[in-house]
Amino acid sequence: MQMDNQKAEVRIGFYACHCGSNIAGMVDVVEVAKKAGKLPHVVLSRDYKYMCSDPGQELIAQDIKEHKLNRIVVASCSPLLHEHTFRTATEKGGLNPFYFHMVNIREHNSWVHTDRQEATEKAYALTQAAIRRVAHHKALEVKKVKIEPSVLIVGGGIAGIHAALTMAEAGKKVYLVEREPTIGGHMAKFDKTFPTLDCAACILTPKMSTVGSHPNITLWTYSEVAKVEGFVGNYKVTVKRKPRYIIEDACVGCMECIKSCVYKEPKFADEFNEGLGKRKPVYIPFPQATPQVVLIDPETCLQLKTGKCKKTCVEACADRHAIDFNQKEEFIDIQVGTVIVATGFKTFDAERLPQYGYGVHKNVYTALEVERLVNASGPTGGHVVMRDGQEPKSVGIIHCVGSRDKKTNRWCSRVCCMYSMKLAHLIKEHTGAEVYSFYIDMRTPGKGYEEFYDKLLEEGVQFIRGRVGEVTDWAYAPGEDGKLVIRVEDTLAGYVRRIPVDMVVLASGLEPHKDSQDVRRLFNMSCSTEGFFLERHPKLAPVSTFTEGVFIAGCCQGPRDIPDTVAQAGAAAAEALVLIDKGSVELEPNTAYILEQECSGCKSCIPLCPYTAIAFAEDRNKAVINEALCKGCGTCVASCPSGSIVQNLFEDEEIFKEIEGVLAYE
Amino acid sequence: MPTKPKIAFYWCASCGGCEEAVVDLAEDILGVIEKIDIVLWPVAMDFKKKDIQAMPDGSIVATLLNGAIRSDEQEEMAHLLRRKSQYMIAYGACAHLGGIPSLANQYSREQMLKYVYEETPTTHNEQKVRPQLKWSENGREVTLPELRHVVRALDQVVDVDYYIPGCPPTPKITQQAVGALLEGKLPPKGTTLAPDIALCDQCARKGTKPTDVSFTEFKRPHQKLLDPEKCFLSQGVVCMGPATRGGCEAVCTAGNMPCTGCFGPTSRVKDQGAKILSSLCANIGPRDEEGIDKVLAGIPDPVGTFYRYGLAKCMLRRKVNLPPQAQEAKV
Amino acid sequence: MNNPIWQPRIVAFFCTWCTYTAADLAGVSRMKYAANVRVIRVMCSGRVDPQFVMDALAKGADGVLIGGCHPNDCHYAEGNYKMLRRFRLLQRMLTDLGIETERVRLEWISAAEGEKVKTVINDMVEKIKAMGPLNLPGRFQEWDREMDSLEHAATQPKESEKPHAH
Repeated sequence: MQMDNQKAEVRIGFYACHCGSNIAGMVDVVEVAKKAGKLPHVVLSRDYKYMCSDPGQELIAQDIKEHKLNRIVVASCSPLLHEHTFRTATEKGGLNPFYFHMVNIREHNSWVHTDRQEATEKAYALTQAAIRRVAHHKALEVKKVKIEPSVLIVGGGIAGIHAALTMAEAGKKVYLVEREPTIGGHMAKFDKTFPTLDCAACILTPKMSTVGSHPNITLWTYSEVAKVEGFVGNYKVTVKRKPRYIIEDACVGCMECIKSCVYKEPKFADEFNEGLGKRKPVYIPFPQATPQVVLIDPETCLQLKTGKCKKTCVEACADRHAIDFNQKEEFIDIQVGTVIVATGFKTFDAERLPQYGYGVHKNVYTALEVERLVNASGPTGGHVVMRDGQEPKSVGIIHCVGSRDKKTNRWCSRVCCMYSMKLAHLIKEHTGAEVYSFYIDMRTPGKGYEEFYDKLLEEGVQFIRGRVGEVTDWAYAPGEDGKLVIRVEDTLAGYVRRIPVDMVVLASGLEPHKDSQDVRRLFNMSCSTEGFFLERHPKLAPVSTFTEGVFIAGCCQGPRDIPDTVAQAGAAAAEALVLIDKGSVELEPNTAYILEQECSGCKSCIPLCPYTAIAFAEDRNKAVINEALCKGCGTCVASCPSGSIVQNLFEDEEIFKEIEGVLAYE
Repeated sequence: MPTKPKIAFYWCASCGGCEEAVVDLAEDILGVIEKIDIVLWPVAMDFKKKDIQAMPDGSIVATLLNGAIRSDEQEEMAHLLRRKSQYMIAYGACAHLGGIPSLANQYSREQMLKYVYEETPTTHNEQKVRPQLKWSENGREVTLPELRHVVRALDQVVDVDYYIPGCPPTPKITQQAVGALLEGKLPPKGTTLAPDIALCDQCARKGTKPTDVSFTEFKRPHQKLLDPEKCFLSQGVVCMGPATRGGCEAVCTAGNMPCTGCFGPTSRVKDQGAKILSSLCANIGPRDEEGIDKVLAGIPDPVGTFYRYGLAKCMLRRKVNLPPQAQEAKV
Repeated sequence: MNNPIWQPRIVAFFCTWCTYTAADLAGVSRMKYAANVRVIRVMCSGRVDPQFVMDALAKGADGVLIGGCHPNDCHYAEGNYKMLRRFRLLQRMLTDLGIETERVRLEWISAAEGEKVKTVINDMVEKIKAMGPLNLPGRFQEWDREMDSLEHAATQPKESEKPHAH
């Protein structure tokens, strides 16, 4: 049947979609359909309100049968959106789905143009191209590739943890790779979570320990993904394990080594506490760290730095022999079917805004530092005290630091209003201080969020609307001596105010990681302008990426709060599960093949293939393409000097016909 | 007694090499001549145009026309022979693709004549004398054909049935073509009568080409001592072989010269120059513009290199911004 | 095509992963740009055969725009470099053949750069408008007009002589 189609007379059915008024508002689809109907080989031409609707699809299937159509062209939205839909409709009509071609007259036309006549002309030109092209289409078979029933999850914050547990519970093999020595991410640093004020550790740590002990989860902390090869269903991933100088399997987390370190007192800045606390060279980031395994910092450890140390830690470890000063970087190769990237965010570096005095005035803190101060397991045991040990009597919280600002980051970081209020509440609770909150707009879109704001208003937090101009220690009014003065235009009161406080908290915004570009390249993803990873479609495929089988969750895709992150992680896990449970994935049959008779064996194509899919068959003196390795870029096709490589779906003739069509003058 | 099939040979803008190729059939030519009746062969026999004009249309079985079409006279003869012949065969690179003469398509007629008659270093022509189309002296008038502004391949002037490629075509493919013609075993109209595989297939150096050449420089043949056995591309010398139809038995590469592309592209390629460009460039080593340009500086004249025999059949046909013809004709 | 309200026609080859997606994004974001560009989707800018560019020009395009992923960002690792290398020589060769460099452009536009689709297209349309039509089909016709008289003469075999000086 399909073979017959190739030889039989070409009978094209053309459909122009109104897309309600989305297309019809700018493109005269009726006219396009009318004119297309007069083109050679077009036996049927229609315009229709919504081609992607069930009746629209049914129309195609029916017409194929009734009018013996053997080629279908639909002019509607982007093929990236609905090509699959219409291929399926074409198949329903009994035709090979690749006898279909799509014309983009919405995203590339009606939505971007303003002149109806021009837009209509363009739509007709694109239609002519498709109609000429489709005549050359061939019946193609979809290849199916088995999906490895495993997932790599990159990042062990709440998103990675939730996705890992979801997939592990569903019985899939999970590899969770975390860069830091422990999982938990930013959430592990928080004291309470808004708006319910439940304890972050109480909800997070049980999940962390489940990850650590789950039989289906292989957890690699202090590790990074070094290389990714392959494609959906069969990714070959190389994980780099950085040396922690501790044999993980041998360490029982007794922390005797920490106690017995030659440094009697902790004296090095503790990263987990944002540098507010101290740790020793051998340490564990925080008591509930997962895995419960210490690590040695080579920058500060005497033995690793100088080779001269009494190694009291080794003594303390005794017959567990968990300490290994000779540990080296290790690379592990794994095979996974799917990937979830949940690499999170970094906070805005407040020093970039010198007017707020972070790093200059010692009582200016970032919000994350204050999170540690209010935390019972933090460096001060939950006492909100300043660097001089005093409790603040007044605190100013500045919103939108590195957010909604053309000079730094334009986007709203979404969580700052809420966490600022949470901190306001906690500071007030811990110290009874007067708290001022300086905001531009109060953004509380979420369940119980606006109510939380109301509650704070009742608690007597002073909300001042205005972007703070500067934080200064230059006192000139009474009561300002020894204080930090916040200068702000109170846009509700309508004048510039100076508000002296003891402590300033900067609500830093959320940013992509510095190396997010490297991660993006690793997984062949795209980034939006801000540098957050780009979803395949903001509404219809929010956790998918343009790389098949790679999903994103959490703040690496854009700032969001914990509930949204967890929901998104669940969605990413579900998408990965769908792939795995389907067992196989259909690959676009756009691969290239060599015309063996015609190939001269010049080898020009062989080095061009990044996937080494092209080999030289010494026995026949010809190039051969391994279809399983070919990803269908077509670079070899464009480069074959004798025109002896063909790319399915993008044959030379098909493209030449498109060129002819778009330029066809009336 | 059945009459022998009538064959015409004609030459237009050509160097005469194609005529030599026919003669190169050596003693085989005698066998050919026995089977055919040559009705026109200006280089060897004395027939006049009026003899042809007198023949009924279609009475010649085939005309093998060599040379590009660049004058009104050639054009006229092409039309005349087309009318009189059942098959019009473009013989040799010039008729097939425009050949070396079509490199003139980089210039306007006036630019070219001015250069040739006035500006070449070896020209001494103070009066700026140029050939005239018509000249009368002592009551007698002589005329010359007029040059066209554009040099054309034969099929850009008349309908062509077959192509025999090469500069010149080899005796072997000539013989095979004439054989096929006489035996009536001709392929579909429009076919080029040579193998449809690129030259590398026949080249003795093919085995020496590494899989990854990754060009770091291009040298022209005179800039380098050429290895007599190694693939030219692996020596960084532009060789048109991969983009050129085989059938010549790789005589140039056997003579230690790279292929310059005279057999034209395979049937699957519309533009030989574009294709060799694509292939060579894709295989360059550097990735940055500066590095790329440095390597490509070794190809100073891409048009002359990639379209040495085929500028007329390049997709653009000619330098596109030359002075308009109407304007120039008035000069 | 000698219409006084001549509008340039630009043929674009956009790689599906970056530039085509960016053009979709421009659409979703309702950016407005000139309607002169007709996009042909290819999987990778590496698929763009110089023949396509020349064919488009020969068939009447006033310009050709090739869009691919930024260096290092190619979905297929290196296809964009291959296009870049071709482009460097193609543009030089086309210049030798009398095509202004601005008529053939290679732009790296990532999936996020809907705005760049808009600015590049508008800029290109403006520049080509300033240059005027390329109109190769028209030029081909004009070049071949010199054969008209003879073709006529050849059908009615007769000597034709129209001498004028070179």
